[in-house]
Amino acid sequence: MSAPKDPLFVERRTYRRRRMADAVRLLPFLGASLLLIPILWIGAPEGRGIGTATAMLYVFGVWIGLAGLALACSLRLRPEPPAADPDDSDHPDHPDGPDAAVAPAGTGAP
Amino acid sequence: MTILNLLVLVSLTYVVFLFAVAFAADRAARQGRGGWLRSPMVYTLSLSIYCTAWTFYGAVGFAARSGLEFVTIYLGPTLVIIGWWGIVRRMVRIGRAQRITSIADMLSSRYGKSNQLAVFVTLIAVIGTTPYIALQLQSVTLSINAFAQPDPTQSRTIIDKDVTALMIAGGLALFTILFGTRNLDVNERHHGVVMAIAVEAVVKLFALLAVGVFVVWGLGAGPVDMIARIDASKIAGFEVPGSRWIALTMLSGAAFLCLPRMFQVLVVENQDEDHLRTAAWAFPVYLMLMSLFVVPIAVMGLQVLPRTANPDLFVLTLPLTAGQDGLAILSFLGGFSSATSMVIVASIALSTMVSNHIVMPIWLRATGGTATMSGDVRNVALLARRLSIAAIVLLGYLYFRLSGGGSALAAIGLIAFVGVAQFLPALLGGLIWRGATRTGAMTGLGLGFVLWLYSLFLPSFGPSAILPQSVLDSGLMGLSWLRPYALFGTEGMDRVVHAVLWSLSLNTLGFVVVSLLSFPSPVERLQGAQFVNIFDHAPTLGQWGGGMGQSEDLLVMAQRIMGSDEARTLFSRAARVQGLAGYLPEPTPEFVELLERELSGSVGAATAHAMISQIMGGANVSVQDLLAVADETAQIMEYSSQLEEKSAEQARTARQLREANAKLTQISLQKDAFLSQVSHELRTPMTSIRAFSEILRDSGTLSGEDQAKYSGIIHDEAKRLTRLLDDLLDLSVLESGQVELHTSAARLGDLLDRAVAATGGPESGMTIRRDRPAEDVTLTTDQDRLAQVFINLIANARKYCDAQAPELSVRVQSQDGRVAIDFVDNGSGVPRDHQTVIFEKFSRVGQTKAGGAGLGLAICREIMSRLGGEIAYVPGMGGAAFRVIVPEALNPAGRAA
Repeated sequence: MSAPKDPLFVERRTYRRRRMADAVRLLPFLGASLLLIPILWIGAPEGRGIGTATAMLYVFGVWIGLAGLALACSLRLRPEPPAADPDDSDHPDHPDGPDAAVAPAGTGAP
Repeated sequence: MTILNLLVLVSLTYVVFLFAVAFAADRAARQGRGGWLRSPMVYTLSLSIYCTAWTFYGAVGFAARSGLEFVTIYLGPTLVIIGWWGIVRRMVRIGRAQRITSIADMLSSRYGKSNQLAVFVTLIAVIGTTPYIALQLQSVTLSINAFAQPDPTQSRTIIDKDVTALMIAGGLALFTILFGTRNLDVNERHHGVVMAIAVEAVVKLFALLAVGVFVVWGLGAGPVDMIARIDASKIAGFEVPGSRWIALTMLSGAAFLCLPRMFQVLVVENQDEDHLRTAAWAFPVYLMLMSLFVVPIAVMGLQVLPRTANPDLFVLTLPLTAGQDGLAILSFLGGFSSATSMVIVASIALSTMVSNHIVMPIWLRATGGTATMSGDVRNVALLARRLSIAAIVLLGYLYFRLSGGGSALAAIGLIAFVGVAQFLPALLGGLIWRGATRTGAMTGLGLGFVLWLYSLFLPSFGPSAILPQSVLDSGLMGLSWLRPYALFGTEGMDRVVHAVLWSLSLNTLGFVVVSLLSFPSPVERLQGAQFVNIFDHAPTLGQWGGGMGQSEDLLVMAQRIMGSDEARTLFSRAARVQGLAGYLPEPTPEFVELLERELSGSVGAATAHAMISQIMGGANVSVQDLLAVADETAQIMEYSSQLEEKSAEQARTARQLREANAKLTQISLQKDAFLSQVSHELRTPMTSIRAFSEILRDSGTLSGEDQAKYSGIIHDEAKRLTRLLDDLLDLSVLESGQVELHTSAARLGDLLDRAVAATGGPESGMTIRRDRPAEDVTLTTDQDRLAQVFINLIANARKYCDAQAPELSVRVQSQDGRVAIDFVDNGSGVPRDHQTVIFEKFSRVGQTKAGGAGLGLAICREIMSRLGGEIAYVPGMGGAAFRVIVPEALNPAGRAA
């Protein structure tokens, strides 16, 4: 609202950070779609379907993979030390928030 | 039976250990050590209360009955937490910014601080959680029972279940009350509880992994053999119904956000938003490890143990039948940890809700509800919270006894999930949609709640228990589309999926449609904007238009809720920020809002709002505020509101200047008065000295008696003169900083004794109350100077206290190497307009009967600043109250110069 107009383009590091935040936001959707796959295995003819053991290996594999991706994103989202509260604004397409950009100095969280 | 004895011994030791951990963590946090308490790993581990005994024991049973389906209960939370940047971070940020105390507080706060909504949410939470607590009690008693059996796979009851459950419930209530209600302010974290839960999280994970390793490598022959065994078992086929797979994953994700206990650890106990970054990957790993060995244990149990064995206890009975008593005891501790940590956190969360939203509002109304009356509300609130904890645990126990601990209880886990999931539409909607209204939220919650009760909760008690069989068969009032398990003709669906489908979809529909059609109240719109735009740091627009002279009322009220020390610290800090001295800041909108947030950390948003509006007269939201919030395009409006803000600020500055000016004028007037007073005081003795010395000089016929009398008068008058001049000299020496201090050690009690004796002792008509034990502090300071201050204060109390039975109480508190000594009398106190000037030179309150020169307090203030301490007038204490703060040891280098 009263915030100064945010820049349309931001420097490289902030740009990377913001894409990482996007990735984190999208991660549940990736996880959900991967975990929906086992449903497709149900109802295969007797003897040719995928058993509990295989499904278990698949589910746990996806699980570890998701945790690994979350770890990778987390490491890249480390708070930047000097900035008051970097990039707290929302997704660029967020209707309410100002266009995402580095929060100007002095607007840090109270 | 020996193993049972050993088990009891080990469990008791474990419980003592947990108490010690909680105690040590609390103490460390209190003393400011314990940065490790705030580590992200502790936070992640505390999230593990998601895994209750239902998951510890029940997951294996679940897997033994329906294969891999159990894993959905863990996949939901995984999906929610890995996307933490979106929803969870928003919740945590709002929780911290608005000082949220519970999920009920969150919803009530978002929807216009409505207590009605909070009460409703609290009721649903209590109904949904009580059976869940019963389930924990059941699992612990069942597992103890397994140890008591000669053949652990039998489920004959040997121990007295009711007594065991009662003892466990009592112990848990005690622990929770001890460590969960130390502070009233929920936002002051429960370090002890969180630490104990983190330890329990490690224990339960370790126990389950140990049993798993034993099963795969001890009983089986490694992973390859295990996979072969799974393929040969009756759960070899992957036959999870797709609808259940999706519905349970969604449901568990929703429960992760909505369960009161999860909300407690996820949002309320969160120390640092950055901890989420670690939890995002560490918590999924924890859940993965918890479920890693579930299927192998289930398969092994099915193969090795007799058919009659209860699959829910495989984790325990497998090591027991294999003769691994140590492992069995470890596994028991794991289950015990899961059960206890759940009960502890759930009862803390629920008791906060019950006391803040039900007990406190009723109590405030019953006692007249005026926020300004005297007395401490804190004890009432704490007592309410403690009683609520006991009541909630007792309810769980009663439910356990009444339900008889049958299989109906085992199914309650999912049923409770569906119940709390009803919060989800209102919660998520409130976080991302400004159009969500209170009426909409109430409608959605109400619909969802009724559908949940009707289609899942009530029928779960069995046919004819609550709902008659005829309703189950042919629907309410014979309407076949109202059959609980086949609403609207949806025949043949899984019951849980059926209930999730109908309750959540109608809940969401009702919430959205009614929100679209209704109009929110002003406070709702403001809160909605604050919640949705939490990351934009939208400046809060002034909610409270303040009148003057309300600060003292606010202080009195805040003291009752936060405790007098905390409240005064908060007020004086705010006053300093505003550039004022003393304890009373201006009631600016910013300050009142800060105060409201602080208070809501103690009593919840709705109650805090209600109490403040009693004092501030409910001057809530102006039309301009609303326009500015509601319409972002109204830049001009914004600009004008900024102008208004500025002009308000200028008005405040002007007020402060006027105040300063008034003070100056008053001092100057008093100085004039003092000068004439001094001249007068000097002239009166001078006149009599001159007159009597003339008599002595001129008349040679005076008798010896008269001579003695006249010279006595001359002497007394000269003494009076000297005293006055001494005072003036003293003050000027102190002010110029040339004073020499004689530092030595002395007991505070002795100094006070000296001061009391010097002012006439106890016989002079005023009762002096002392706190002897607290006075046993050794001070290294200038004794004579400090005693001079005390003498002055006590003498003032004697002179000015106008009560019928004058009484002075001297209270002593030590903190951080500083000692605060309060002198509080029961008179009418110093009038408001004089409070600012009493420490100035030459100032005297009114034209007093007791003629002092008005230098005493000015001297006291100078002395205290030389001694490295301070003296201040404390308002709102009943009578005149002065606080002297003195360091325990005077720093000679810094001060005596």
